Amino acid sequence: MAKITLSNLRHSYYPNPSEPSDYALKEIDLDWNDGGAYALLGPSGCGKSTLLNIISGLLVPSEGRILFDDKDVTDLPPDRRNIAQVFQFPVIYDTMTVYDNLAFPLRNRGRDEVTVKTRVTAIAEMLELTDMLSQKAAGLSPDNKQKISMGRGLVREDVNVVMFDEPLTVIDPHLKWKLRSKLKELHQRIKATMIYVTHDQTEALTFADQVVVMQDGEVVQIGTPVELFERPAHTFVGHFIGSPGMNVLPCSLIDGQAYFTDHPVALEGAISGSPKGRTEIGIRPEFVTLAKSGLSATVSKVSDVGRHTVVECDAGGSKIRAIISGAGPEKGAPVFLNFQQNQTRLYVDGWIATHAQEAQS
Amino acid sequence: MQKRSIVPIIYILFLLLPIYWLVTMSFKTTNEILGGFSLFPQTFTLENYRVIFTDPTWYWGYINSISYVTLNMVISIAVALPAAYAFSRYRFLGDKQLFFWLLTNRMAPAAVFALPFFQLYSAVGLFDTYLAVALAHCLFNVPLSVWILEGFMASVPKELDETAYVDGYSFPRFFVTIFLPSIKAGVGVAAFFCFMFSWVELLLAKTLTAVAAKPIAAIMTKTASSAGYELGLLAAAGTLTIIPGAIVIYFVRNYIAKGFAMGRV
Amino acid sequence: MKTVNQKGWFFVLPVLLLVAFNALIPMMTVVNYSVQETFGNNLFLWEGLTWFQQLLTEERFYKALGRQFMFTGLILVIEVPLGIAIALSMPRQGIWVPVCLILMALPMLIPWNVVGAMWNIFTLPDIGLLGYFLNNVLGINYDMTQDPIAAWVTIITMDVWHWTSLVVLLAYAGLVSIPDAYYQAAKIDGASNWSVFRFIQLPKMKPVLTIAILLRFMDSFNIYTEPFVLTGGGPGNSTTLLSIDLVKRALGQFDLGPAAAMSLIYFAITLLVSWLFYTLMTKDDLN
Repeated sequence: MAKITLSNLRHSYYPNPSEPSDYALKEIDLDWNDGGAYALLGPSGCGKSTLLNIISGLLVPSEGRILFDDKDVTDLPPDRRNIAQVFQFPVIYDTMTVYDNLAFPLRNRGRDEVTVKTRVTAIAEMLELTDMLSQKAAGLSPDNKQKISMGRGLVREDVNVVMFDEPLTVIDPHLKWKLRSKLKELHQRIKATMIYVTHDQTEALTFADQVVVMQDGEVVQIGTPVELFERPAHTFVGHFIGSPGMNVLPCSLIDGQAYFTDHPVALEGAISGSPKGRTEIGIRPEFVTLAKSGLSATVSKVSDVGRHTVVECDAGGSKIRAIISGAGPEKGAPVFLNFQQNQTRLYVDGWIATHAQEAQS
Repeated sequence: MQKRSIVPIIYILFLLLPIYWLVTMSFKTTNEILGGFSLFPQTFTLENYRVIFTDPTWYWGYINSISYVTLNMVISIAVALPAAYAFSRYRFLGDKQLFFWLLTNRMAPAAVFALPFFQLYSAVGLFDTYLAVALAHCLFNVPLSVWILEGFMASVPKELDETAYVDGYSFPRFFVTIFLPSIKAGVGVAAFFCFMFSWVELLLAKTLTAVAAKPIAAIMTKTASSAGYELGLLAAAGTLTIIPGAIVIYFVRNYIAKGFAMGRV
Repeated sequence: MKTVNQKGWFFVLPVLLLVAFNALIPMMTVVNYSVQETFGNNLFLWEGLTWFQQLLTEERFYKALGRQFMFTGLILVIEVPLGIAIALSMPRQGIWVPVCLILMALPMLIPWNVVGAMWNIFTLPDIGLLGYFLNNVLGINYDMTQDPIAAWVTIITMDVWHWTSLVVLLAYAGLVSIPDAYYQAAKIDGASNWSVFRFIQLPKMKPVLTIAILLRFMDSFNIYTEPFVLTGGGPGNSTTLLSIDLVKRALGQFDLGPAAAMSLIYFAITLLVSWLFYTLMTKDDLN
C-alpha cells in the first residue's frame, strides 16, 4: 500500500504535440493518499482512462513523474509496480478454473503453493466465490467473471493500488448495486488504495471518499461527494453532478453587485479579486424557490419526478430549473423565483469566484 | 516488434520466389529457357503474351474459366443464403444432422466423383457447358458458403427481424432491403471463397468439358503435351491465371480474416 | 434462442436438391460399380463384396494409404505450428497488414495444376531456380525425378508453400479478435510471454484452429492435382498418394469395380478421421 503522487503529468498520443489540444492530459498534479477510496469521474474522452493507464504503467506519460511512496516508478513496467487493475469487460483466463485464475498472479511471482492456497481461499471467501473454485471460469455469469478479475487484483498481499476502469459496464442493473456495495465492503476490509474510474455520478458518489472530477484532460475539482454537490468549483462540476444539474445564468457585475438581466442577485459572499471575463451565476435547483415576489419568470415545463417536482422556467431568455415539493404551477403561469443567498455563487470563466460566507452562529 | 517482423518477411519471400520464377520465365523466349540458367530475362520478350491474347484457343480458356466461376458464385450464394438463414434462425427436425451432412460433402475426394460426374452430366445433356462445371463445383462451395454465411447471420441480433415484421415488412422485402445489407461483408467473404475454390479446381472442370467450356488450366496441360515443351508460353499462361485471384483478394482484403473468425465450429 | 419452425426445411430445400444431385447420384453410381464387374458395353456382373475384400488384403492399397497418412501427418505437423508462429509475428495494425494478407493469400488462388507445373519448373536441376541453386551453388545432388526423398521433400515443401497461409489467416483472425485488456491484464498479473500464449492466445485461437486443422486435413487427404503434376506419383510409386493410386486404377487400368470400392473406403476414412478430430477438439466446450 502506498501513497501515489502524480507530478506535472502531461500526456499526448501524438509524437510531437504542439498545441494544448494535442494533449489528452494537461498538467496533472495529484496526491492519492494511502488507503483512500477515490473515484475518477468525467464524461467519455476526458482523459480518465489515460490517467489510469499511466498509473498502472500500461502507458508511459509524455512528461512528468509518478511516485509510489516517493519512489519514482515512471519507467517501471506494470508487473513491477504492484498494482491491480479491473477492466471494463471481465478479463479471465478461459481455460483455467476459478482457483487457478485467482492463483495466477501469485504463481507468476513464484509464491509457494501453501501461500497461494491461503490467499486464494481468503479472497474467494471475501468475494463469495468459494463454491465455484473448482469450476472452469469460462462458463460463469458476467458478474462472477468480474469478481474473478477483482480477485486476481486483491489476491496479492503487497498490492499498492487497485484500479477499476468502469467495472460495472456489462453487469445487469439489479446486480450493479450489489457488486458496488461489495466493493465498498472490500475497501473497508483490505484498506488498499482504490481508484474507481466511471462516468456515472451515482457510482462515483456512492463508492468514493474523495471524487476527482475531470474534463478535457484537466482535473477540475477534488472533494468529498458533499463538497462537489454543495460548492462546485467549476460550472462543469455543477452541471455534471446533480440531477438536474446546477443552473448557470449569464450575469453582469456593476460595483460588486451581480445582475441577472436587470434583476440584482445577492451572492453568498465577497468576490475574490477583480474579475475579468465571462461572469455567470450558479445556483442549484434545490435552492431555487417559488415566491410571491422576486425574479419574474414563465413556467415552460413541469415534470413530476416522484418525491418532488422539477419546474422549468424561462426568464430573460435563460432556462432556470427549480425543485419544489408538492404540485407545481401550470405550464405558462407567471411565477416569481427566489435564490437562497448562501447557495448563490459567482463563476468567472467557469471557475468559482466568491468566498463562502463565514459561518455565523 | 521490429525484430520479429523478420518472420513474415522471410515467409513472404519464400512464397514469392516460385511466383517470381514463373513470371520471369514468361518474359523469356523458349530458346533462352532451355539454353541455360539465368536469373533475369536476357532478351526480354512479350511474344508469349501476344500468342495468348491473339490465339482464340488460349484466350477462350480464360473466358470459359471466368464464366463458370462467376456462374458458380451466383448459384452458390443464391441457394446458400436462405439455407444459412434457416440454420441461423430456426430449429427444425434434423437440422444438426443436415448441417453436418452438408459439411461432409467437402470431404469427398474429387477423384472419387470424377467419373460418376461425367456420366451424370452426360446423361442430363449438360456435358461441356458452363452450367455443368458451375453445378459440379457447388458440391464443395455450397456447404462452405452456408457455413460462412451462417456465422455472419448468427451475429445479427434476432431483434432486427422482429422489428422489421412489426414495422410491416414482408419476408422477401425484409430479407433484401434490411437483412442482406447487414451481412454484406459475409456475402463478400463467401463469394471470395467460392471464387477461389472454383477457380483453382481442375479435375472436375476438366472431366466435364471437352471444347466449348474448357478451362484455361486444362488448355495449359493439353498444350504442354501437344506443342512440345513451350515453357515460355506455359509460364505466361500460368502468370495470367494468378491475376484474377489477385484482383479479387484485393477487394476483400479487410474481410477474409474476419470471415473465418465468424464461422461456427 | 432459436424458435422451432419446420419452415426451415423450405429454406434449405434448394441446397438440399443441389447437393443431393451432386452428391447422392454419383455416390450411388460409385456404390453400384463397387459391387459389380464390368467388361464394357454395359455388361455388368454382380460381384458382391469381392472388390472390398480384394482391396483390403492388397499390399498396394495399404502402401498408398500409409503414404497418404504420412503426407497428411507431415504437412499438419509443419503447417499448423508454422502458421501460428507467422500469425503471432505479424503486425496487428497499420498499412502492412493488408499487404501481408494479400501476398500471403496469393498461392491459394493459383489453379492447382499451375501450382504443380510452377514447382516443377522451379525445381528443375538445370533451369529451375531452386534446382539450379541446390545443385550448382550448394553442391547438393538434388533431382526429384530420381530420388524418392527429394521427391517427398519437394511435395511437402510445395504444400507448405501452397497452404500454410490458410493457417496463418485463420490464426491471425483469432488473434486480432482478442481485446487489448487481456494483454494488459496479463502484464499486470506478471505473466511471461509463454503464459500469454498458453493461456490467452491459444485458447482464443482454438475455434479457428479447429477449422484450420479440419480443412487442412480434408484437403490434404484428398490432394490429387498438385502432386500428380509435380511428380506423377514417382519416382517409382514413392509419391503415389491414395487419390493418385485411385485415378490410376480408374482411368489408367479402367478397373472400375476396385476403384469404386476404394473410393468408398477412402471416403469413409476421411469422414471417420474428420469426425474424430472434430469431437476431440470440441469436447471441452460441451461441458
